[in-house]
Amino acid sequence: MSEHDDLSRRAARRALLAGAAAALAGVTIAPGIRLIEVAQAAAEPGAPVSSRVRWGLLIDVGRCTEGCSECVLACNRENGLDGGTRPTDSQWIRIVELKDRRTGRKASAPVMCQHCANPPCVDVCPTGASFKRADGIVLVDRHTCIGCRYCMMACPYKARSFVHEPLTHQKPEVPRGKGCVESCTLCVHRIDRGDGPACAQACPTQAILFGNLNDPQSAISRRIAEVQTTQLRADFALGTGVRYTGL
Amino acid sequence: MANRASRGRLAAMLAALAFSGVLPGAAHAEGTRVPLPSFSVDRSTTCVAPPDVMRRTHMEMLKHRRDKTVHQGIRGGDESLNRCISCHASKTSGAAIGAPDAFCQSCHDYAGVKLDCFECHQGRPGAQARLGGEAPR
Amino acid sequence: MSGLTDLAARRESRFWALAVAGAVVLAAGLGAAFLMEHQGHVATGMSNEIVWGTPHVFAIFMIVAASGVLNVASIGSVFGQTPYKAYARLSGLLCLALLAGGLMVLMLDLGRPERIVVAATHYNVTSVFAWNVLLYSGMFAIVVVYLWMLMERRMARWSRPAGIAALLWRFVLTSGTGMIFAFLVARQAYASALLPPLFIAMSLAWGMAVFLLAQAAVDAWRGNAPLAVASPELLRRMGNLLGVLVAIVLYLTAVYHLTNLYFARQGSFERFILLDGGAYPLLFWLGFVLLGSLVPMFLLWRPGGGAPRAILAASACVVAGAFAQLVVFIIGGQAFPLEIFPGYDVASSFRDGAIASYAPTAPEVLLGLGGMAAAFLITLVGVQVFEIVPDRTAAAAGGE
Repeated sequence: MSEHDDLSRRAARRALLAGAAAALAGVTIAPGIRLIEVAQAAAEPGAPVSSRVRWGLLIDVGRCTEGCSECVLACNRENGLDGGTRPTDSQWIRIVELKDRRTGRKASAPVMCQHCANPPCVDVCPTGASFKRADGIVLVDRHTCIGCRYCMMACPYKARSFVHEPLTHQKPEVPRGKGCVESCTLCVHRIDRGDGPACAQACPTQAILFGNLNDPQSAISRRIAEVQTTQLRADFALGTGVRYTGL
Repeated sequence: MANRASRGRLAAMLAALAFSGVLPGAAHAEGTRVPLPSFSVDRSTTCVAPPDVMRRTHMEMLKHRRDKTVHQGIRGGDESLNRCISCHASKTSGAAIGAPDAFCQSCHDYAGVKLDCFECHQGRPGAQARLGGEAPR
Repeated sequence: MSGLTDLAARRESRFWALAVAGAVVLAAGLGAAFLMEHQGHVATGMSNEIVWGTPHVFAIFMIVAASGVLNVASIGSVFGQTPYKAYARLSGLLCLALLAGGLMVLMLDLGRPERIVVAATHYNVTSVFAWNVLLYSGMFAIVVVYLWMLMERRMARWSRPAGIAALLWRFVLTSGTGMIFAFLVARQAYASALLPPLFIAMSLAWGMAVFLLAQAAVDAWRGNAPLAVASPELLRRMGNLLGVLVAIVLYLTAVYHLTNLYFARQGSFERFILLDGGAYPLLFWLGFVLLGSLVPMFLLWRPGGGAPRAILAASACVVAGAFAQLVVFIIGGQAFPLEIFPGYDVASSFRDGAIASYAPTAPEVLLGLGGMAAAFLITLVGVQVFEIVPDRTAAAAGGE
């Protein structure tokens, strides 16, 4: 494991990835979304993320199958969550079973952090730990979080969880710990290497579409321009990055 | 007069103590009871900076690089804490902490500085960080 | 002369007994905080639904009362009511003590209390909590200076400017405490511009009640009849003021609920809080409205209401009602689920759409009581060491 071997292996791996990316450019990883779009939109290695990209999700409620929770399981696996559902357990994404009070129509939809453009959690955080990255992803900087839970009070979507116990089995790519608040990161560690969120890739009916909302040619932007979509609690004017269709 | 002389001697004594304790792995300070840090590390590779630079500046380095990763999304390579851990994991505990000879823990125990990182960060190397390593538990 | 020595000796032993009692409760509170920090908040009854629990009830009571207890001094210094001036020092000391106790509880309840320094060095200017770091530190400084102006004869002419500064600062501070909740657009229990004025009114009422109870306690400690040192006329006026303040709090709360009831979309929340939410309607109607508002007003305004016993009973009821109101406001307000999908009934593994349950645990209660003990100890030591409360017994024994 010499430095030289290390470097040459990394160079080779990068070349392989670039080649694979080119080869897979035509392959769809979700309806309409191709790896090449995500990879191109992702920042160059070593360059900071910029606001020329805005990541978002489009969730097709009609495609979400009742009783399925593949997105939740994928999120738990990817981010090292233990999948518990006690009141003190963290849930970054959950399936909400809906029933229209008036008509009785049933549906189900996954709900996670909505990655708002005007996030109330960012406004109220005293230390600035809750912040919006340049590319629109709302994150918690756990180096600065003091665990006051004000962001949890402020979030309209109950997106945030507080870690109530010491943790030991974190995934290396997803640091999380006792006393800090956390929520869906849109799998930012995957996005930064050109990949997409685990939930979107795991959904068996491709109900979750991920992409760059600032690119009018991206699959998500084209779809949003075609079908009726809605933001949860649009009356709050938070400008969420996650939209729902079929509600 | 006597005060100034004894204060001078006290200052010299403290300075000697401070400098003698700072270099782990160097000649043991004669007659001290505090065990100097001893850890195992793979010396066939080099770190991102020489050891004496790292000893003095790793905290600043970590602080700035973590902001680059979290706020600007710059990962991998020199910015990656996981890459540090992949080399610095101890042979006994398999992690950067968890045993007296673990790399981070031994110096931090000696210096009496709380190690905050591993409450959130995984101390064991992961599959992505280490080439050909075993998958994380 | 020997009577005075006996008195001094009795007072000395009583001081130590009280100090030890306070220290024991404080130690229990600190032990609870250590347990919470070590095991994590899983050791408490707080959860991802009820994120602020019993410690916050205690802390917000103390912080709001701290601001209001200074009102007694303001009436003397700023509004020129001379009879109140004798009580200004105790009022200032109580303000510092309650602020310290309340902030202690808040800071120890943090998920990462060792990061207080981060809170002091990283500011998000849009956050009320960040404003509070400055407002509360400033409050401490201003009240210390104000006390100095009150206690040093040469500085007496500066006590009015200091009093005005303290009055303005605490209005901003208490409005800020109300704004913590007022700015939460998502929660049906909060998100109201009426909350800052309501918090100001609550601070004045609770502060008055706490002051009267503290003054009576000091009197009893010194072997005097409680509140007997004040002239009957002054006591009647203080009681009357307490009654008016309690009425204002009741009025603002009524307006807040009536407005909510008028909005169809707030109907289910109001139904929960006022009617079928179990413990919360009970605490609201019996705890806050009856015990905390109507009973004190009756005690204070019926004939004979100016007597010390009536005033003390009323003050105690106001404090009990305050705790009930805070439990309904803070915990009940969180127990009602967020409306993410209006028009839909919802269910999920994250308890969407479900009323959250909460039961206080020992560590939380001990932490809250520990904060009260800290405030108690600061007041005790302050009264003992400094000339905070005029000693009328000694004066009387000296034949004045």
